[in-house]
Amino acid sequence: MSEQTVKVLFFARLREALPEPQVQLAWPKTATVADLRAALRARGADWQALTSDLLVAVNQEMASSTAPVQPGDEVAFFPPVTGG
Amino acid sequence: MTDRILVQTADFSFAAEYDWLVSGNTGDGAVVSFVGRMRDLNLGDPVAAMELEHYPGMTEKSLQALVAEARGRWQLGRISLIHRVGRLEPGDQIVWVGTTSPHRGDAFAATDFIMDALKTRAPFWKKEITAEGERWLEARGSDVDRAQRWEKNSINQQE
Repeated sequence: MSEQTVKVLFFARLREALPEPQVQLAWPKTATVADLRAALRARGADWQALTSDLLVAVNQEMASSTAPVQPGDEVAFFPPVTGG
Repeated sequence: MTDRILVQTADFSFAAEYDWLVSGNTGDGAVVSFVGRMRDLNLGDPVAAMELEHYPGMTEKSLQALVAEARGRWQLGRISLIHRVGRLEPGDQIVWVGTTSPHRGDAFAATDFIMDALKTRAPFWKKEITAEGERWLEARGSDVDRAQRWEKNSINQQE
């Protein structure tokens, strides 16, 4: 079952702006980060905070919009980091 | 070569962390450390408290990666890196970096690099609580500029 989905996490300002802090999304085939973002934005007006200037990590490594997302992956979207 | 990398809500002790760096370590003559603390004023406004959020799992991985990168660039003995998360108040310690090396140049550079890399790459986010309400901090261009000093082709590269 988990092979046919991706886990998507959101953090900080973005997490507060979206209806859910994380989602499990049906994802039966390999596509890109940009495709995943478009699929989430297509959920409706509440999801438009998911803009293309956010940072993205795939399986906890920083990734670009063209990076592949495969079934079973963990993807995270978040604003620029502010630790330290 | 030993690394101590921690993400924790608890405070840390400068003395205990220094002891960890030097105990039984007679090969390294240089010890450099940095402590970042929370200020009571930011962007002109008094700040009552701060909430530090992070991405469990990725945070630890990213800290391990930048410590490994420092090891690849400088001759280092022990490295400790501690970052707190959760609620913090003005004066609280936020971050610790300690490095040892046979030579001070390597320890200074590595400590500086680790802080710059952490500020632009490790998934931490600060939310400030002020009298006017809560606000997420914006990433600062000056932090990006500092981190870029370490890139391979930087004019200002310090190695």
